[in-house]
Amino acid sequence: MPEPMGFYTDTTVCIGCKACEVACKEWNQLPATNGGRSKLSGDSYDNTRRLDGIHWRHVKFIEQFDAERRQGRWLMMSDVCKHCVRAGCLEVCPTGAIIRTEFDTVVIQSDVCNGCRDCIGACPFGVIDINPVSGTAQKCTLCYDRMRAGMTPACAQACPTASINFGPIRELKQKAQARVEQLHGRGERGAYLYGADEKMLGGLNSFYLLVDKPEVYGLPPDPKMPTRNLKRGSLWSALGAVVVGVVGLISLRSRRDVNV
Amino acid sequence: MADSDCVIVMGSNMAECHPVAFRWPMLAKARGAKIIHVDPRFTRTSAMADIHAPIRAGSDLAFLGGLVNYVMNSPRWSSEPFFKTFVLNYTNAATIVSDEFKDAEDLDGVFSGLKEYTEKIKEWPLNAFLGQYDSKSWQYATAQDAQAGSGWKANTQQSGEQPAGDERSSGQRGAPAQAAPPGPPFEPLVKGLLKPPARRDPTLADPRCVFQIVKRHFARYTPEMVERVTGCPRDTFLKVAETLLASSGADRTTSFAYAVAWTQHTNGPQIIGCAALLQLLLGNVGRPGAGIMALRGHASIQGSTDIPTLYHSIHGYMSHPSALKKHDTLANWLAAETSARGYWANTPKFMISYMKSMYGEAATRDNDFGYEWHPKIIGDHSHLPMFVAMNEGRVKGMLCIGQNPATSINALVERRGLGKLEWLVVKDNWVTETATFWKTAPEVKSGTVKLGDIKTEVFFFPSAQVAEYDGSFTNTQRMLQWHYKAAEPPGDCRSDLWFTHQLAKRLKQMYANSTAPRDAGFKALTWDFDPDPSLPHEPGEVPPTAGDPDGLKILKEINGYYSDEPTKHVASFGDLKDDGSTTCASWIYCGVFPAPGQNRSASRKADPPGTPGAQLGWGYAWPANRRIMYNRASADLNGRPWSERKKWVWWDGEQKKWVGLDVPDFAATKPPTAKANPDAIGLDGLSGTDPFIMKTDGKGWLYVPSGLVDGPLPTHYEPAESPVRNPLYKQQASPVYKYWKREDNALVQPGDSRFPIVITTYRLTEHYLAGAMSRFNPWLTELQPELFIEMSPELAAEKSIANLDWVRVSTPRSSIRAKALVTRRLRPFTIDGRVVHHVGMPWHWGYEGLVTGDVVNELTSLVADPNVSIHEGKAFVCNVEKV
Repeated sequence: MPEPMGFYTDTTVCIGCKACEVACKEWNQLPATNGGRSKLSGDSYDNTRRLDGIHWRHVKFIEQFDAERRQGRWLMMSDVCKHCVRAGCLEVCPTGAIIRTEFDTVVIQSDVCNGCRDCIGACPFGVIDINPVSGTAQKCTLCYDRMRAGMTPACAQACPTASINFGPIRELKQKAQARVEQLHGRGERGAYLYGADEKMLGGLNSFYLLVDKPEVYGLPPDPKMPTRNLKRGSLWSALGAVVVGVVGLISLRSRRDVNV
Repeated sequence: MADSDCVIVMGSNMAECHPVAFRWPMLAKARGAKIIHVDPRFTRTSAMADIHAPIRAGSDLAFLGGLVNYVMNSPRWSSEPFFKTFVLNYTNAATIVSDEFKDAEDLDGVFSGLKEYTEKIKEWPLNAFLGQYDSKSWQYATAQDAQAGSGWKANTQQSGEQPAGDERSSGQRGAPAQAAPPGPPFEPLVKGLLKPPARRDPTLADPRCVFQIVKRHFARYTPEMVERVTGCPRDTFLKVAETLLASSGADRTTSFAYAVAWTQHTNGPQIIGCAALLQLLLGNVGRPGAGIMALRGHASIQGSTDIPTLYHSIHGYMSHPSALKKHDTLANWLAAETSARGYWANTPKFMISYMKSMYGEAATRDNDFGYEWHPKIIGDHSHLPMFVAMNEGRVKGMLCIGQNPATSINALVERRGLGKLEWLVVKDNWVTETATFWKTAPEVKSGTVKLGDIKTEVFFFPSAQVAEYDGSFTNTQRMLQWHYKAAEPPGDCRSDLWFTHQLAKRLKQMYANSTAPRDAGFKALTWDFDPDPSLPHEPGEVPPTAGDPDGLKILKEINGYYSDEPTKHVASFGDLKDDGSTTCASWIYCGVFPAPGQNRSASRKADPPGTPGAQLGWGYAWPANRRIMYNRASADLNGRPWSERKKWVWWDGEQKKWVGLDVPDFAATKPPTAKANPDAIGLDGLSGTDPFIMKTDGKGWLYVPSGLVDGPLPTHYEPAESPVRNPLYKQQASPVYKYWKREDNALVQPGDSRFPIVITTYRLTEHYLAGAMSRFNPWLTELQPELFIEMSPELAAEKSIANLDWVRVSTPRSSIRAKALVTRRLRPFTIDGRVVHHVGMPWHWGYEGLVTGDVVNELTSLVADPNVSIHEGKAFVCNVEKV
């Protein structure tokens, strides 16, 4: 059994080049929004806007400038699935499509997914959505296929400034801790790790070094498991899943006919 | 750059436009280095910087001049032995300049020798200089008060179009050469060029010495003046100055990185020259973590100037034979282009070996090695004048490879020019705007230009991509790296190598039976690059596409071989001869392929992690695999490293040679104590403490007596279009820049209230140049789908523009539409007491591709720097209105 693997993303060295987004799409052959003919968002340099079924990596841009430009920061952060040790998506998946791999990562098996969407609501980070090409829920696999072949995930491989670090979680945590201390030593007192300890959903196998509050990056300060809200609703959910599953199987079959 | 203690990125948006190279400044930062970004906008580079210093586009030289002033007046710089030793011995600070020289300080913004420009060649009245300098008065004073022969003769500028300046001195130096019998050997000719060395004052007290002239020249570039001209707050400027100085010295080094935001100005080379001056003052040249990094915009654009597609130079930075200079015979070319002292004394060897590469066995001693066959230029044939010439019907046809002029500078003029051609070949990976200008350009769609009126016959050749053929890249640090064919190109796609090779073969066949004298040279041209069919391919190798030339044969031609024994390669440029016995296309690449089977550009041996070194086994860097040029300057006068922390090469007294982490850039066994021999040519004319071996005096030049046509010292001029009067001088803009006067190329006069806003154009990480390599790729277009204009909330409020509103941007050349991106990353500047707004536009869009948008370069004008004819797309003025 290999040891748990994951990402440590140091947002202080992210230059927002989006090479991770493109490398991810190229390796995983994901389509672009509207065939690439999307609209300017007007929100800084972020035009893909969110993680979803066809965006498994997403770079966020946060502009922080006062009116006089005395203080100014442009924060960038490459967001991705957190591969939670206690993963809400995995917990609610009625078909067993979402599995924990031998690398302690969380992967949706597209051929088992029935597109019920439960996992979408269950993810406290808003990572998952339906890929319109497959009709199934999709998200980052941490390049499970590449990892099986002993390779680095495409995004980490492409990152020019080592903002995205890939490796055994144990080593990544040491590296991240050292970096936080280095930044503190240089007076950047705001630097801290998000999701590196077990308090957050048992630990995030993709954790971050941030310099501002989680909310600034669109991250929940205290993410919760869906079970806390879904104690009684879960039965209905399971029943619903069966129905949706049957419908999904039928629609999958018909989609195969039209060669999507 | 990873070894730097401070990296100043200026004239570049390195993180966005060179993200892969930016890993090195980031590595330096991780080790504690400071990163400074000087730029009008707060960009992704600024986001990574410790200090962002905002300046108005077009005011870079005032900022740098302010740094020079700060350094020269700082107590630490004036007292620390390191700085004094470096400047006194390794630069021309002590050299005395002619009494006739008058500085811009004396003449309110111009130098002595300014006069009217007159065209010399009636067939090519397109050089477009506003004025010209006679550089006679700029020269060094010599003991005999004769004019000193001047230095770096590599043709990195176009002085040829200004016959009065350099050519006059060349003519003078040509005279004794004619007396000597023409070679080979050409040594007597070179000896005949020797002039007495320039006078020096080692106390630096003489008011005519370079040091004093430089100090006076920059005396008014105070922090107050910097703020007034650039709009950069004084405290921010001072923070930059303090950090720079604190990060320079025996134990610390600072590097600069620049790109086209320094070059694309009517005084671009002077901005870079000012940075060189500053770095020489600080001892930041020839040492690890020091220097000025020119970040080049394409893969192998460095290669395209080494083996040039430039019109004004031939291989290895030698001057292209020109009808405007005294270049009528080989001996006269050599006399005009050779420097007696310094390494360029070897020019005859480089030139004859080049002629042998051009004409092979047909190049003999008796026919001046075919010199008469070599084409000669008759003026400025660079991009802008060529398109003006096209508009005037002077150009019949064009091969357009890897360029998209339909979206280039003053794009309406460029497209009009394309429409005057008889034929146009576009070879590209995609059907670009240039390939379809005749049917989808906005002026054709709108009916302003009738489709039937364009008679140009357009041919499109689909291109193979880089992974579809063998070849080499030369990247920004002069390093060659071989790449291998990995896949077959689809369909009819062919490499540029294939196209050029096949075109040459067909043309050779067409001309084979010509008896016209003008075709003799083309007939004599050697062209022997067909692959050898007997050569086996290695297992797993993708075989070449049928018709491709053999890339290794081309590399061998560039590297050089012995004319009578072609299987024996020349191992180094030190072995080149001036008698025709060696053949070498580009002397600077000599050594990359020293023997059959030893392609050093394919070498991939990295230094072990953590060990200091120059990665000498990774690829091959010209010249002679040196990674840092002029690295003799990394050691003190006695040849010892300036400090343990910054050691690079040094003199080993026991072995009696230079050793170190890099290939020493110095005569290998010349001790630091060696005296210069005033009667000797070449390196013997320089001493053991003269690190700048390509210069006639072995010194780094603070003051540039020759080689530049717009002045010996960097001087702040406003761009051709500016909203303000020059606060420093009465002279508003460079008196000698190039302007192609046409109705469709009108300029805004300074202070014209109709066009009050400063605009700069730039690139984004997500796109590549004119978009051919990115706007056809959905993974990239979704990241930046639409053209926008960045502006401050202050300007937006003034103009009632909201984020994402459509706005119209106008200049006298054109007006275009874009969406507003309102952001505090842009700011209004206070220039000379009043508010000046500043906008910026990326220029990646056009009318072809998955995503389209207006052509930003319709706004720009045909003005150019007088040295290298680069345009001024980085700083001009416009108006912005809500649509």
